[in-house]
Amino acid sequence: MTEVAGARELSKEALLDAYRTMRTIREFEERLHTEFATGEIPGFVHLYAGEEAIAAGVMAHLDENDYVASTHRGHGHSIAKGCDVKGMMFEIYGKDEGICRGKGGSMHIADLDKGMLGANGIVGGGPPLVCGVGLSTKVRGTKQVGVSFTGDGGANQGTFLESLNLAAVWELPVIFVVENNGYAESTSRDYGVAVDSYVDRAQGFGIPGVTVDGTDFFAVHEAAGAVIDRARNGGGPSLLECEMVRFFGHFEGDAQTYRAPGEVDDLRATRDCIVRFRTQVVDAEVVTDDELDAIDEEARALIETAVDEATAAPVPELDELLTDVYVSY
Amino acid sequence: MTERNLAQALNQALDVALADPDVVLLGEDVAATGGVFRISDGLLERHGANKVIDTPVAESGIIGAAFGMAVAGMKPIAEIQFMGFSYPAYDQVISHVSRIRNRSRHRFTCPMVIRIPYGAGIGAAEHHSESAEVIYAHTPGLKVVVPSNPYDAKGLLLAAVADPDPVVFLEPIRLYRAVKGEVPDEAYHVPLGLADIVAYGDDVTLIGYGAMMREIRRSVEALSAEGIAATAVDLRTISPLDTETIVEAVRHTGRAVVVHEAPRSGGLAGEIIALIQEHALYDLEAPIARVTGWDTVVPLRRAEHHYVPTVERIVAAARKTMEG
Repeated sequence: MTEVAGARELSKEALLDAYRTMRTIREFEERLHTEFATGEIPGFVHLYAGEEAIAAGVMAHLDENDYVASTHRGHGHSIAKGCDVKGMMFEIYGKDEGICRGKGGSMHIADLDKGMLGANGIVGGGPPLVCGVGLSTKVRGTKQVGVSFTGDGGANQGTFLESLNLAAVWELPVIFVVENNGYAESTSRDYGVAVDSYVDRAQGFGIPGVTVDGTDFFAVHEAAGAVIDRARNGGGPSLLECEMVRFFGHFEGDAQTYRAPGEVDDLRATRDCIVRFRTQVVDAEVVTDDELDAIDEEARALIETAVDEATAAPVPELDELLTDVYVSY
Repeated sequence: MTERNLAQALNQALDVALADPDVVLLGEDVAATGGVFRISDGLLERHGANKVIDTPVAESGIIGAAFGMAVAGMKPIAEIQFMGFSYPAYDQVISHVSRIRNRSRHRFTCPMVIRIPYGAGIGAAEHHSESAEVIYAHTPGLKVVVPSNPYDAKGLLLAAVADPDPVVFLEPIRLYRAVKGEVPDEAYHVPLGLADIVAYGDDVTLIGYGAMMREIRRSVEALSAEGIAATAVDLRTISPLDTETIVEAVRHTGRAVVVHEAPRSGGLAGEIIALIQEHALYDLEAPIARVTGWDTVVPLRRAEHHYVPTVERIVAAARKTMEG
């Protein structure tokens, strides 16, 4: 596929939607990077900036009835899956109007109404969950699919490997997306994985897989479409490995001593998925710069409002601490 | 003697321990990065990649591999990054590490240490902030150690490495860099299984361990200002418990307050109170109080101060025992 061919295959509306999703995620994450430094945000925050094309490219093929299990780096998946952006911001600030009423924070954003099973504080926590929803759709005979996002580090957990096997033997309608950003926290992928590709692993379990450039929205979109269609139509599970880049540290405050000097600047200059998308769609003459600039402004305004409202919102009452332990209280 | 904080004391203890050719340190990010809390900072450079070993993200595999090294005669120290990340590895701990000696009628021993940062302090809720020490204390075959100050941290860690049985070594996250003290430069052991009496008073006995010792020490001062003289016991090892020291310290005052930040129900306080009533019921002047976390999930930072026991709650409980 040439750089512009993919852009011409999608409707203008789909292109603008994809750009809006990616821009909103980027704005959300860049702003959180700044806001975290003020000390107002509790706990740990892991940012998704640089990886937007994957969330947007995969989620374009899903609707609210499909399920997604995310990771500790879950803001992008949540936005792309349709979670309320303001509700997410409130949640990250630990406020009462948060999407989980301020109890979960950044690492536990979830919204079942949107099919978002949750970010996850445990690395490798998501894949078995997606096998479960996959099995439920199979038992009930629905056309839903489940998508598990895992990092290149999480894909070394036993839970991930057990899930590949479960999905294969039960022929589940699930997709394992491996977001390979090159680092398991601070340990490089080359140190932690002995095979060249996660696809090799999947094949060992009897699951087909494909590796794509995760900074190319159109490559992700096309590959994700194929494996999701296959799962939805009874073809069973697949693995989609996306090679991509992380613009920030493992968590906010990470000194990133494990990265080479200038590495991030170089990635931002050469492998920014949003810059690439803009070039592709503008060169294809299907969308104008003005139309994209308007979306930039829209995203900026949305995040600005979300941060203003979240910082001003009341914190949960202290007696909230003892609610929602059981169904009865 | 050098003044060190708790993190520096642990770093030095690991440095000393790694001089033993059988000791290795393994875990996620422990080598090149020096650990998520930088406890193993500089140790890769000093001891090499055969001794300080980065692992993939695979907690069950880390503990299982450490177990294999231990039964092969080495003395591994495995680091799990946060208490909540130890749950994926708990199967290895309860099914194998803790019982291989019993199961093999002592033909196997398992001399390993599992280091786990625990407790609130970074405001990140649940997996990153909880105190699940009781699941380890309830597992026969494990020793469970919790230091509260730099001197004990170094001496207990070296004693844990030297111990022939598996030791779960819990490190209080919020004290890593918050407490300082004189720490000898040379190697020494603080014996496992021995509690320490850190304050002497005739009115009431406060019992705790780990991060809560800071609140307990402050409570002793606050009570003193009210004219109440408190004895304070730092358990240091929570399994097996030092029954003799606990019982004697309670007999001395006839009143006791047991403190932990773990949830209340089924917590270690229940066990300690049971021991006291078995051994010293007729010496008691008042019902024993406990000040604990709540029976819920550890919240995000905004409510953390409400979750973790405070000096005010401890002092109020002590005062109440004085009314009896």
